[in-house]
Amino acid sequence: MSEVIDILISASFWAAVIRIATPLILATMGELICERAGVLNLGIEGIMVIGAFAGWMAVYQGLPLWGGVAVAMGAGMLFGLLHSTLTVPFGLSQHVVGLGITLLATASASFAYRLMLPEVTSPPKIEPFQPLDIPVLSDLPFLGQAIFSQTALTWAAFAMAGAVALVLYRTPLGLAVRAAGENPAAVEAQGLSVTGLRMGAVMVGSGLMAVGGAFLTLSAFSSFFFEMVNGRGWVCIALVVFGAWKPGKAVLGAILFAAFDALQIRLQQTPIGAVLPYQLFLAAPYILSILALVLMSRRAEVPAALMVPYNKGER
Amino acid sequence: MTAEEKAQVVLRLDGITKRFGALTANDTINLTLRQGEVVALLGENGAGKTTLMNILFGHYVADAGGVEVFGHPLPPGNPRAALAAGVGMVHQHFTLAGNLSVLDNITLGTKGLWSLGSGKSAARAKVKALSRDFGLVVDPGAKVGRLSVGERQRVEILKALYRDARILILDEPTAVLTPQEAEALFATLRRATALGLSVIFISHKLHEVMSIADRCVVLRHGRVVGEVDTHTTDKTQLAALMVGGELTLPRAEARTPGAPLLSLERVSTPDRGAVPGLKDVSLSLCAGQITGLAGVSGNGQAALADLIAGLALPASGQLALRGSAVVGWSPRVALAMGVGRIPEDRHHTGSIADFDLTENAVLEAYRTPRFSRRGWMDWRAARRFAEELIKGYDVRCPGPDTRIRLLSGGNMQKLILGRAMAPDPAILLANQPVRGLDVGAIAYVQSQLISARDRGAAILLISEDLDEIMGLSDVIHVVSQGRLSPAFPRGSVAVADLGLWMAGQGFEGGRHAA
Repeated sequence: MSEVIDILISASFWAAVIRIATPLILATMGELICERAGVLNLGIEGIMVIGAFAGWMAVYQGLPLWGGVAVAMGAGMLFGLLHSTLTVPFGLSQHVVGLGITLLATASASFAYRLMLPEVTSPPKIEPFQPLDIPVLSDLPFLGQAIFSQTALTWAAFAMAGAVALVLYRTPLGLAVRAAGENPAAVEAQGLSVTGLRMGAVMVGSGLMAVGGAFLTLSAFSSFFFEMVNGRGWVCIALVVFGAWKPGKAVLGAILFAAFDALQIRLQQTPIGAVLPYQLFLAAPYILSILALVLMSRRAEVPAALMVPYNKGER
Repeated sequence: MTAEEKAQVVLRLDGITKRFGALTANDTINLTLRQGEVVALLGENGAGKTTLMNILFGHYVADAGGVEVFGHPLPPGNPRAALAAGVGMVHQHFTLAGNLSVLDNITLGTKGLWSLGSGKSAARAKVKALSRDFGLVVDPGAKVGRLSVGERQRVEILKALYRDARILILDEPTAVLTPQEAEALFATLRRATALGLSVIFISHKLHEVMSIADRCVVLRHGRVVGEVDTHTTDKTQLAALMVGGELTLPRAEARTPGAPLLSLERVSTPDRGAVPGLKDVSLSLCAGQITGLAGVSGNGQAALADLIAGLALPASGQLALRGSAVVGWSPRVALAMGVGRIPEDRHHTGSIADFDLTENAVLEAYRTPRFSRRGWMDWRAARRFAEELIKGYDVRCPGPDTRIRLLSGGNMQKLILGRAMAPDPAILLANQPVRGLDVGAIAYVQSQLISARDRGAAILLISEDLDEIMGLSDVIHVVSQGRLSPAFPRGSVAVADLGLWMAGQGFEGGRHAA
């Protein structure tokens, strides 16, 4: 037990929590926007992979880091366009299209990698985002290291979560997006385009997912590996449910999951880690997340028209 | 037409024609609406009323003809243009988002999508002012999902008024209201017309048309078959226009009831979310008697229906069949004990849409020796049975191999009716048996219910339509918030009194002996 307390009071633990939570927050916000508009985007896992790859490759080819972020976002939006074209105007199964997008995006990253770096055995490194040095705050004892030692992309992620909440709840656009996910007929009856709203939401959401993936290559690590997304996309889908489709709660969920993850990594290196099999530690964040999901999402209000294609003129 | 009269015309439909495949839903329809008047659009289901209004509002594009609002032609297929021109529509199925607040639902789409801020305080003030002016009381902060049906309708009307609608279209607005709520709606409409708005009121209820409308346009099979001033006509004349001939609905004559076949003694069931369960309900269904259960939907009818159908058990109290308490109550036991069921929702619980008529005909009896032996289906017998039902109950269809989803509501209901009647049930649960049917099918289904009663069946008729309840029932109960009113024998109670019970009055002051 004392090992756990030691970990919890160390500044590096909290720095790790925020770092691990960043891609989850970005991609969860992306998924949340899609689902609020009524589209389940199971392409998230693949879109994160393509984002990680495209951002890294752009920077490796000489673009600045923010240029890499923009390229990742663009790549994500492109796959979002494909997803939403198939699921919104054509009304195809969101499950099948989403899984197809995940396979296609993952394979595209792999294909482009082989095409662009044919002779390379280990992926080249880039110079990633550096921790932002904030005057005064970064020099604070404990807090300075625990919280104010993050890269610009992390700050951007948290700002983005705030922006998503603000747009969804405080603007006419957000109201229209939420209504498209609740009762598209109501949106249509007001002369707004359900198709436009849903496609726009899926594209913006997919862009955010891709930036979440790009955080891994441009900030957390300095290179690209095929397995690096490693199921984070699926975790984000669970986090949306955990957060009851509300941005604030979803961010909390991402931080909670990240804390479990950071904790298990550190626990493996303690005497407890020598006793218990390491697989148990790896599984712990997922098991705890499932438990939290069950407890938290009981009274969640699912967008009523989630996964229901809307066909104009059909009753 | 003088210049003055012409200036008053706010809406003109000119030669509207709309075809869906071989069906002509609207055939060169002309209609004018003047300022400050209420025009009723009267017609049976499928007469083309809703299609016409959907064209006016831009949900459909007409094959021919045009719409003029305040003298300007309306571009077809554009709801936004209709809204901007001052046309507001209250759909039969509300277009509200349940998880959003009243205010959010009202303001949706009224501000440019890219404008910042929500302007909620100004919107709230405007909604409050409209509520006051038109007598539409509703809390702007409440979630729509928690509102009653009547309140939701007020939100829909507010939505139209908020957009400065000058022409209100109401599609079957009273179908879901208690008589008192309908009266309140009419009061609102009178205020609206006094303020210069014009109203199109779609209905198939004659007495409402007579009481609210100035003029009445009657549609039949997609054509205008008559246009009459309501001050110079009567219900009989309108009914004849509507169905194209005289048609009277069956009325059951009084009879002496037999022994109670099914009885509930002080039964309670748990609430289901916002829908109340039964509260200490005692009820007897007697042989040769139709017991009518009136009430606004969502007041415990489903709980009672599930109980009798075998889908639910009482949390407390007792359910007795022919005087002895039931054991192991379930749908299968209920069927075996002679309970026939006409479920409320023929599409979702009454049939399996993609099964053919044969399969749907034997859904409740496929295990009986008539249709299966040693675990094998006898499809030939099943098909014969389906053919019997099709013939015996006048189910209009291509044949027993047709998927039931392709049938009209009336024909689907006739098959379900036949399925329930075939084993000659001692007890019959008829839950909203004629909802959404046209007058011809209604007359048929109701006459079948009466003849089942005359054969000695105990029938529970659940309906929201008071005319139906009053016309068929030997005794009437009202259910409100899960409580059951005392029994009113035929002819001993007026519609207005039933309405008061439906609104929950009369239950206070202790339990009634039922």
